[in-house]
Amino acid sequence: MGATACRSAASCMPMALEHPALPVEEPAPTPAGVEPIVKTVDLTRHFRVGGPFSGRQLHAADEVNLSIGANEIVALVGESGSGKSTVARLLARVYRPTAGEILYHGRSLRSMRTHRERLAYAGRVPMVFQDPYGSLSPVYRVSHGVMRALKLHRRELSGQQRIQEAERILKSVGLTPPREFLKKYPYELSGGQRQRIGFAQALASRPELILADEPVSMLDVSVRIGVLNLMADLRRKEGISFLYITHDIASARYVADRLVVMYAGKIAEQGPVEDVLGNPKHPYTQLLLSAVPDPRVPVSLPASSEVAEPPRVIDPGEGCRFRWRCPYAIERCSVETPQLRPLRPAHEAACHVAK
Amino acid sequence: MIGTRPILEVKDLVVEYASADGPVRAVDRVSFEVGPGEFLGIVGESGCGKSTLLFAIARLLSPPAEIVSGEVRFEGSDMVSLDEEELRSVRWRRYSVVMQSAMNALNPVLTIGAQLKDAILAHESMPSRKLRMRSEEVLRLVGIDPIHLNSYPHQLSGGMRQRSMIAMALVFEPELVIMDEPTSALDVVAQRSLMLQIKELQKKIGFAAIFVTHDMSLVSHFSDRLAVMYAGQVMEIGSTRKVFADPKHPYSVGLMASFPSIRGPLQPLTGIPGSPPDLAHPPGGCRFHPRCPRVMTECRTIEPPFYGRDGVQIRCLLYADGA
Repeated sequence: MGATACRSAASCMPMALEHPALPVEEPAPTPAGVEPIVKTVDLTRHFRVGGPFSGRQLHAADEVNLSIGANEIVALVGESGSGKSTVARLLARVYRPTAGEILYHGRSLRSMRTHRERLAYAGRVPMVFQDPYGSLSPVYRVSHGVMRALKLHRRELSGQQRIQEAERILKSVGLTPPREFLKKYPYELSGGQRQRIGFAQALASRPELILADEPVSMLDVSVRIGVLNLMADLRRKEGISFLYITHDIASARYVADRLVVMYAGKIAEQGPVEDVLGNPKHPYTQLLLSAVPDPRVPVSLPASSEVAEPPRVIDPGEGCRFRWRCPYAIERCSVETPQLRPLRPAHEAACHVAK
Repeated sequence: MIGTRPILEVKDLVVEYASADGPVRAVDRVSFEVGPGEFLGIVGESGCGKSTLLFAIARLLSPPAEIVSGEVRFEGSDMVSLDEEELRSVRWRRYSVVMQSAMNALNPVLTIGAQLKDAILAHESMPSRKLRMRSEEVLRLVGIDPIHLNSYPHQLSGGMRQRSMIAMALVFEPELVIMDEPTSALDVVAQRSLMLQIKELQKKIGFAAIFVTHDMSLVSHFSDRLAVMYAGQVMEIGSTRKVFADPKHPYSVGLMASFPSIRGPLQPLTGIPGSPPDLAHPPGGCRFHPRCPRVMTECRTIEPPFYGRDGVQIRCLLYADGA
């Protein structure tokens, strides 16, 4: 609430709504041989839990191999605690990896030693946060965050150019008239508008890839689609790639080209969105898909309710981490950790049983 | 409706929050009935007054919120006029409430068993043996091993915490359970399993349920009737199947068009332009008119009453003529 600025529909009609973007029209996978923007190699992050001497390790992300190409929207889905936000934070250099590498255009982030290089990376791969109410400082106007990013990352611009650029960016995220929005404080904006400011701040540094960590989960249902359309639009018009992190598979399908399903810190399955949804190979993906409520399909209630247990990620040991919940688990699943293996074109799953 | 006499009747309920700029009307003349054993879903965006409505029904409002007018009749007796002492005999025994976030609703420094004991002893004196047995019984009912009576909330998963809240709400086998987004903190798999469990329990015990959520698709398979709220008012109310198959109010239509589907062809969606109004200054006429794609001139001035169309009540002037 608190959308005092939005009494009339026209003043806050997001631009994306006027041109509903068809996310399917440009599936743009990275052609073979072209270096992806970001690639992770066995990216691993463990956290120590249970006090300094317990020696127990929480495996938040284990051997994650992920790549995001140019002009591509990759959706990373999984339940809470699956490690999807950890991956985003590793990519944003909020956390340091326990093991493994992040390659930015083929170059390891570890080799970036100077402040200037790191700043450049932060500008090219910025992050948009989940909570638009907590991620904007209430004491600064909208212009503060956008102008700050421009000053920091676009030093060639003069003061006048910066203002023009800020206005252009606000327009591109659907906040018009931009001049007025720049003067507002966060409390004057609705949740959807705040999240657009989040995207505007990320856009100010001319990003190649935006890490969007659950950008719509805190928004009202009726304005979520507007923000998803905005992502599709920014990709189409400005060629920006996205890592879209979500627990909502339906929204992932709506905007993304590729789907990566994480479970208990590991990638369970990845492939082109429609292929994964049409032919889910990993039992976890199948479970996830069957749990999505959909009013458009007739009621189908299974006889008994499946009890959902959280994954064990503290010192998980060898073996498939889904085996406790898996209806198809065989002996091999408890002794050998399944690796991702291709099952269909560009589509792989980490499961011993899947064919 | 399953029974003949409704167990809960809400009539023209108005709730206002006192604020420096005058009263903010969060619930505006809301009326509905719930029959015995019925499952009513209430959907709406944040700030539409759905939680305030629940709190008003359960008499849990605290200042600055206040019931200004209207009636809440629970099994024939008016809840609005009951004083605290009288409420105590009804509350939790005849109706109970499941709060949104179990993490905040449970006390982190007490075991589940101690909290169940608290809830029981607040309403009835019970010998400790019987209390223990009853606690184990309700935990089993929601599919939690009674060993967790000795567990602290942080030792349980989100779904288990939420289920232990439901167990707590069921200790006295109430006729009505009021639930405020009990699944919103859970992921889809846990959410689905909890919904199935609530539905099973409802069948077994026979309580009526009011279930508030912002996720329309969640209740689609579970509720008997559905009320769609917007800016403090019920905009459309009717059988869940009918509302989903053929939403009539432009707001319901817009909400339905806000959910991408994982099945069928991929369609571009628009959501609803604009954002919900500020309840301190609601727009005149129909409250949805600034965002409505089918707005007419009258909508700006006339506040629509309810019109009926094949068993569904709609607050929209589009349905003014004819039946």
